[in-house]
Amino acid sequence: MNAETPVVRVEQLTKIYEIGEQRVLALDRIDLTLMAGEFVAVMGPSGSGKSTLMHLVGLLDRPTSGKYLLEGRDVAGLSSDEQADVRSRRLGFVFQSYNLLPRTTAVENVELPMIYAGVPEKERRRRALEALGEVDLTHVVNHQPNQLSGGQQQRVAIARALVNNPSMILADEPTGALDTKSSQDVMNLFKELNEKRGITIFLVTHEPDVAKNARRIVTFRDGHIVSDVAAGEAVLR
Amino acid sequence: MNLLQSMQVAGRSLFRNRTRSLLTMLGIIIGVAAVIVTISIGAGARVSVQQSINGLGSNLLIIVPGSVTQGGARSGFGGASTLTPKDGLALAALPHVAAVSPMVTARAQVISNGNNWQTQINGVSPSYTFIRTWPLASGTLFSDTDIAASAKVAVLGQTVASNLFPSGGSPVGSTILVKNVPFTVVGVLSARGQSASGQDQDDIVLVPFTAAMQRLTGQTTVGQLMVSADTPDDIALVQTEVTTLLEQRHRIVAGQSDDFNVRNLQDIANTASATATVMEYLLAGVAGVSLLVGGIGIMNIMLVSVTERTREIGLRIAVGARSVTILVQFLIEALMLSAAGGLIGIAFGAFASVAVAKLSQWPLLIPPEAMVIAFGVAAATGVFFGYYPARKAAAMNPIEALRFE
Repeated sequence: MNAETPVVRVEQLTKIYEIGEQRVLALDRIDLTLMAGEFVAVMGPSGSGKSTLMHLVGLLDRPTSGKYLLEGRDVAGLSSDEQADVRSRRLGFVFQSYNLLPRTTAVENVELPMIYAGVPEKERRRRALEALGEVDLTHVVNHQPNQLSGGQQQRVAIARALVNNPSMILADEPTGALDTKSSQDVMNLFKELNEKRGITIFLVTHEPDVAKNARRIVTFRDGHIVSDVAAGEAVLR
Repeated sequence: MNLLQSMQVAGRSLFRNRTRSLLTMLGIIIGVAAVIVTISIGAGARVSVQQSINGLGSNLLIIVPGSVTQGGARSGFGGASTLTPKDGLALAALPHVAAVSPMVTARAQVISNGNNWQTQINGVSPSYTFIRTWPLASGTLFSDTDIAASAKVAVLGQTVASNLFPSGGSPVGSTILVKNVPFTVVGVLSARGQSASGQDQDDIVLVPFTAAMQRLTGQTTVGQLMVSADTPDDIALVQTEVTTLLEQRHRIVAGQSDDFNVRNLQDIANTASATATVMEYLLAGVAGVSLLVGGIGIMNIMLVSVTERTREIGLRIAVGARSVTILVQFLIEALMLSAAGGLIGIAFGAFASVAVAKLSQWPLLIPPEAMVIAFGVAAATGVFFGYYPARKAAAMNPIEALRFE
């Protein structure tokens, strides 16, 4: 991939949900480009379409119409198995509710994506420990989620997102369940990953304090992008 | 992701929920154990019946006199006095007959040395111990010469020997009084134990049938004729030959009913084993139903498990699991539950079978193919009933799954 190729390029992306008789226009002809190494926060009230965009960009859902190029590759033609492989190798996910497997140690949780990527057992363990080191959790590798604080659990989840060396991490309200201090720790971690490793960060949030950690802020309302500005200039409404 | 890794993932998630896994397996465990126990009991009972029937004699036909009507009362089989020792000699000359022994029975008080005992006296020929496959413990059997001479010699059963000679010395050479007639003891039979109907087979004295007819019953006819065929396959043939020959000798014309009755013990054996087969089918049906219930139990728990782990499934899909991988994982979980249940069930079933065999003193018999089939059926049950929940898991929409509360 050369430096000119955007990580994400969507054109006229539209998503319509049909709930019974009702048709909900969640995304209305969105155009958006993310270059490699960007740190973008997507903001907007709930129902504005920001989560829908994340699901489409994360290949968890398919658009109703429009074009999506991931690292220059049109993903519309990929089968769901091929999409699963892309998720496994190129993308990392962080969720509001951490989604760690219960009764499973931190290091085993981090190993999970590598199982599906076919990484051999020994290397899995080595890379999982390395990733836990990056999020500063070497002291709790054998703890289970219920023995960890919320901030620690989210850092385990970030290590899990990192472990397959993705080009982009998609974070859906990653600080939604955390206190201010832990939130800031998590955001600092994202900043560090973005700056030191050049990983593209796609952050969905509705909190302005969280969004201001990003370098670019895209604001949604009713399925449209209403503003797209560098962090300092954002008009926070 | 290869199969081994799928098995690791499945094994780990079963281990995380070990109590639930164990309870789920219980249905299969009980079902498989039931299959093993019923099959081994059925097989053991069948062998036991066969053994007690074989104990009556090898390839045995018993000929008893027919019934007579006296003053309107019919006597039942054995009432007529139509069988003679000469009939026996004639039967012994038939081609597929290995041995023939007449039998004359009487009950009598037997006295020796101040001890006395009432027992059954069987007047037989030397072939008797061959026909009954009943070796002597000590001494010798009387000979054909003794038969010809109506010799007053006797062979004692173990029960009689121990009651007349409680001190334990060998009775061979002693004299016993049977109905006040002195007989010389020439041998002692080996112990035989109880018959299938619970009679003590060792409570018996064997004497030459000629001596018994002259000294004890005073009759010229015998109570029954025992015929041993060469091989089990010849029994039916011998039965026909015996019937034809006796009809000739007794001048019974076509249409007239026979004055004797030929009993084939194989028929009894076949009836008994047919009964055992019906029982086995019945028990196998019960076992099948419990396996079905066990399988539904697995499906039930797997469905609960899929619902409960909706978020986990969503996460696995999000981090790159293909839907077939999810399907395989849940199928393997179901298969592991049912296979482990099957193995534990076989262990329990074998243990229970050993206990039953010990208690009933039946021979222990667990057919290996029963174990293989029970295990196979259990595993198949797991896959069959695990498929629907696994499909449900594999078809999940990751977004909804991740939001599931």
